Amino acid sequence: MENFKEKSIDIATQEVLKKAKEENIKTAWDRLELQQPQCGFGQLGICCTICDMGPCRIDPFGEGAKAGVCGANADTIAARNLARKIAVGASAHSDHGRDVAHTLSLMSEGHAHDYEIVDIEKLKTLAQEFGIDITKTKEQIAKELSKKLLEEFGKQEGELIFCKRAPKKRQQIWKKLGITPRGIDREVVELLHTTTMGVDNDYKNLIATGLRCALSDGWGGSMVATDVQDIILGSPQPIRGKVNLGVLKEDYVNIVVHGHEPVLSEMAVKASLDPELIKLAKSKGAQGINLAGICCTANEVLMRHGIPVAGNFLQQELAIITGAVEVMMVDVQCIMPALQEVASCFHTKLVTTNPKARFPGVTHIEFEAKNAYEAAKKIMQLAIENFSQRNKERVNIPKQEMDLVAGFTKEVVFQILGGKYRATYKPLNEAIISGRLRGLAGVVGCNNPKQTHDYFHNTLVKELIKNDVLVLQTGCSAIACAKQGLLIPEAAKEYAGRGLQEICEAVGIPPVLHLGSCVDNSRILTAASYVIAEGGLGEDLSDIPAAGCAPEWMSEKAITIGFYFVASGVFTVFGASPFAVLGSDNLVHYLTHDLEEIVGAKFAFCDDPLEMSKMMIAHIDKKRKALNLKPVMYA
Amino acid sequence: MKQLYYEVKKCLGCKSCEIACAIAHSLTGELFKALKEEALSLPRKKVSSSGDKNYPVSCRHCKDPKCVEACMAAALVYDKEKGMVLHDESRCVGCWMCVMVCPYSAIRPNIKTKIPIRCDKCKDKDEPSCVKACPTGAIIWQEEVEVIK
Repeated sequence: MENFKEKSIDIATQEVLKKAKEENIKTAWDRLELQQPQCGFGQLGICCTICDMGPCRIDPFGEGAKAGVCGANADTIAARNLARKIAVGASAHSDHGRDVAHTLSLMSEGHAHDYEIVDIEKLKTLAQEFGIDITKTKEQIAKELSKKLLEEFGKQEGELIFCKRAPKKRQQIWKKLGITPRGIDREVVELLHTTTMGVDNDYKNLIATGLRCALSDGWGGSMVATDVQDIILGSPQPIRGKVNLGVLKEDYVNIVVHGHEPVLSEMAVKASLDPELIKLAKSKGAQGINLAGICCTANEVLMRHGIPVAGNFLQQELAIITGAVEVMMVDVQCIMPALQEVASCFHTKLVTTNPKARFPGVTHIEFEAKNAYEAAKKIMQLAIENFSQRNKERVNIPKQEMDLVAGFTKEVVFQILGGKYRATYKPLNEAIISGRLRGLAGVVGCNNPKQTHDYFHNTLVKELIKNDVLVLQTGCSAIACAKQGLLIPEAAKEYAGRGLQEICEAVGIPPVLHLGSCVDNSRILTAASYVIAEGGLGEDLSDIPAAGCAPEWMSEKAITIGFYFVASGVFTVFGASPFAVLGSDNLVHYLTHDLEEIVGAKFAFCDDPLEMSKMMIAHIDKKRKALNLKPVMYA
Repeated sequence: MKQLYYEVKKCLGCKSCEIACAIAHSLTGELFKALKEEALSLPRKKVSSSGDKNYPVSCRHCKDPKCVEACMAAALVYDKEKGMVLHDESRCVGCWMCVMVCPYSAIRPNIKTKIPIRCDKCKDKDEPSCVKACPTGAIIWQEEVEVIK
């Protein structure tokens, strides 16, 4: 008998894994087993495949090769490998940002009729940041703004405009180190260049270039994505929703959106409400159309429309294995190649929509901003037609679903804390200064089958809120905690420390705030900048009693996020395995010690959630002491 | 009695067996921690190349072991029942005679501990760790077969 509890703490996940086992359907957990033991050189980051003199490996036991054919040692090899991952992670977020900015541009020129400017205030605020005259028509402003935003990608000199959002002191640190990002694309290209054979051999310099590239994501590409999505899709407001596989409905046509870019899924939301399509669904014997999400696309449609979330990263295959999904439509990022095979075990149709992300032999309905709604409708129709193919005997949807509140943006949190008419960060800062709140923590990132699914996220977050740390979450991490009921206001009473509880009760918020998808980590950066601007908590982001963590990370994007957090002055802990750098003692020491002297923050690697929380709380307390704040009120 | 066999054509030279071997003989049994141990556990198996083939090499536990003959401290004994050359490390004086006489170069000196490193077929486990580690199935753990000369 297999122990499903070791695989996941989530009961719905355990149930579907049991079903998968009975039906002999393989999931990520099974494939991980077949990969054991995983390559030691790869885990240590000391295998180099960059040029064809290799592949070369450094002997971790110190007996054999100490250098590759070119002479690169473990430090250079591990740092180059890491740098490449930073570049790839940044490229993913930034290319997403570019597509969204491009949609804004098409819309302003009248080529994307299905979109409109939903948040005019945000459009104007952003336009002002770029020095655009906001007395013009909104179309004109959008046109000029999209041009300026797209220029940020191709800029060669100067600095990214959004860097100005950071506190002055932080900007000075970047300037002094020469890591202020100049152009979004330039930083990715330059970092990749430095890693090719025979260019940068100094691991410290490679990391510096990596930090600059990561900043071009956090304060560039991701920020563009978040802010433009708010403009054309609407800024999220606190909204109730439901989460876990139980949101799939037995007698409805179930359509799951999965991936990261909400520009299409927004249209899917609209199409799912189309009376004609609903009528068509009913004519096929269904009660209606049920849209649900997986991963960050889920977070986007949840934040803006309250669309239920079927699960996080490791539940993508499981959603199909319920046997109740007619169509899973995917866009980009975190979409397992395995979906095709899992879908082939059921009637489920996998539909790709993005020319960048295709599967051989899978239905492809290409989505363009010009034909957005039409494409979404076509996919809905496909799903409705597929409903009759469902084998009812194989349907097994777990009952588990949980309520949650999402939609806390940097704008909203503080309206809530300060009141709508005196929106200010003051109450938050005061709470930290007075010691009612110990500090802030950002807990983000993916799932990784190497760790018990959702266990790290939940154990860590519960420990943090117990110690009066307000937790801000994004991505699959937020979904993990939502499933366990941490994202409802009532959770404060059950799990939060007394200080945090008082705040949550006074303003009616959960102790854990859902800020959105993984590009929305940029919201955390701007929120932290507002905290500094409000005053009383130092002059730089590194002064704030705050820490970050990606407890179950797996993606290159998580590495990049970690790097822009650290480059912004936030102490960041990584769970699972360290970023494949342990083969180089020097690099590990640089990342986990020396960086603090240089950028004001460092990394830590840890594989125990309780230990992680201790590290984060100790860091928060260290920062409180440095600011001479009062002792924590209810320690 | 089970022995290690190799399907040499399948060996890609990835050295996963080397790493798995070192981990299996470390104190913690975990890669990241094993590299931090004071007395570093070294692989008892090494992959060598000759021509276009790779050969994972470790002690073959010969029935007529030259190393046992050469051992002046009687630290090496051939155990017929187990089909293994046993090494009593407490008796070993680190003279490296076994290293020199091994016709397969399968015994290596650990200069630091002054004790030779040799395969013990992972005696506490169901099967040697290298077998499980091999991604292509080039290492085979099976009952001994008579080889016709």
